[in-house]
Amino acid sequence: MNFTLFVTALLTGLGFVGLVTVLAKLLAPRSFNAQKEDPFECGIPTRGRSWMQFRVGYYLFAILFLMFDVETMFLFPWAVVMNSMGTAALLSVVFFLFILVLGLAYAWKKGALEWQ
Amino acid sequence: MFDFSDVTTPLHAFLSRLLGESLAVVTECVLVAVALISIYAVFAMIMIYAERKVCAAFQCRIGPDRVGKWGWLQVISDVLKMMTKEVINLRQTDRFLHRIAPFLVVTASMTTFACLPWNKGAQIIDFNVGVFFFLAVGSVGVVGILLAGWSSNNKYSLIGAMRSGAQIISYELSIGMVMLTMICLTGTMSFSEICQQQADLGWNIFRGHIIALPAFIIYLIAGNAECNRGPFDLPESESELTAGYHTEYSGMDFGYYYLAEYLNIVVCAGIAATIFLGGWAPFVVPGLDGFNEVMSMIPGFVWFVGKTFFVIGLLLWQRWTFPRLRIDQILTLEWKYLIPISMTLLIGMALLVSFGLTF
Repeated sequence: MNFTLFVTALLTGLGFVGLVTVLAKLLAPRSFNAQKEDPFECGIPTRGRSWMQFRVGYYLFAILFLMFDVETMFLFPWAVVMNSMGTAALLSVVFFLFILVLGLAYAWKKGALEWQ
Repeated sequence: MFDFSDVTTPLHAFLSRLLGESLAVVTECVLVAVALISIYAVFAMIMIYAERKVCAAFQCRIGPDRVGKWGWLQVISDVLKMMTKEVINLRQTDRFLHRIAPFLVVTASMTTFACLPWNKGAQIIDFNVGVFFFLAVGSVGVVGILLAGWSSNNKYSLIGAMRSGAQIISYELSIGMVMLTMICLTGTMSFSEICQQQADLGWNIFRGHIIALPAFIIYLIAGNAECNRGPFDLPESESELTAGYHTEYSGMDFGYYYLAEYLNIVVCAGIAATIFLGGWAPFVVPGLDGFNEVMSMIPGFVWFVGKTFFVIGLLLWQRWTFPRLRIDQILTLEWKYLIPISMTLLIGMALLVSFGLTF
């Protein structure tokens, strides 16, 4: 039943957007002129395309995010059974987190967390 | 305590008798879809109105007051206006990606909205890995935002989307870590069980006391950043980027982003109410039996909506009090402060639970 409802919610979202888009298309007026179809950049004609190389800083944070996100994923199962697993599990997770903190400290030291 | 399965179980039995098993399930799914859309729309409208009025109060203005008494029809007229505005298709966009981006954003927010436990037995999606599922589906919204910015072929959109992406994924770590902290306490990931436990044992924010309170504060900060709001509204900082990633969306296409943004606040506040403030669990004080009786008489969904709006109030307060941060300040706050703090909280909570220091 849960998966049925999940698919229902997904389809509701998609159907809602689809339906309203069609409705808006029927209701909304249409008119054409050349300037309207240009990208909006505050009245100045655009120079070049926007699909170009982009600042690398954003990707750096994305890579760091990946590291920590995978870590959180590993920790979720532990958190659920933590109470019954006892001290050994707690110590191993503390060790795991310690290695991660080392990673963060390394990135910090190397200046990966600075925005230049 | 009012249990919503008292309504759904007889309804299911009645429909099965009337239509047969499989057709009954289909009918129920349609009912769920209709309910989901209506609640979604109603909450979006309440949110937009509340935001405008609260923001006006913070800035010593009156806010919308022309359409209807106290301007309560303003939102409806805005929706009508958005529906009847032209949707402009630009010459140089990536048409396909430009079209599917709103689908992703709205579907992600609607599916996470369906995770909220409104009342005992009134929760649409209730997986046993609920919290995990919520985080996973919530992340799809970022893909929509990045697609919107990239496909628009507009430099403002691109910069807005990139900022938004960097900010949302960064703060998602804090959100995940804080939720992890609370799961250490509850020992379950299902939202309904988390609520049930809090109804039996007391709210998590009291049970986790010294750790749960800072966790709640971190959740509020990160929640505002997740919704691209508050001091973290860089992705659409209107004074430098016109509107950020949805600059090139017009008419109803813009409306979807507007809708999803406001609903994300409701979802964010609802999840905070669930994992910290007890969800639909009433406020009880051990020992005061008469008081507890009265509190338990109030149905669960009233508690849930009340708590959600309390958290929304906190989020709005934060949003309209602080000035906007720069991107480097935002990332510094997350990576150098919130992540170390939330990791410490996680260890602290694990120790607290191991030594049985929770209430």
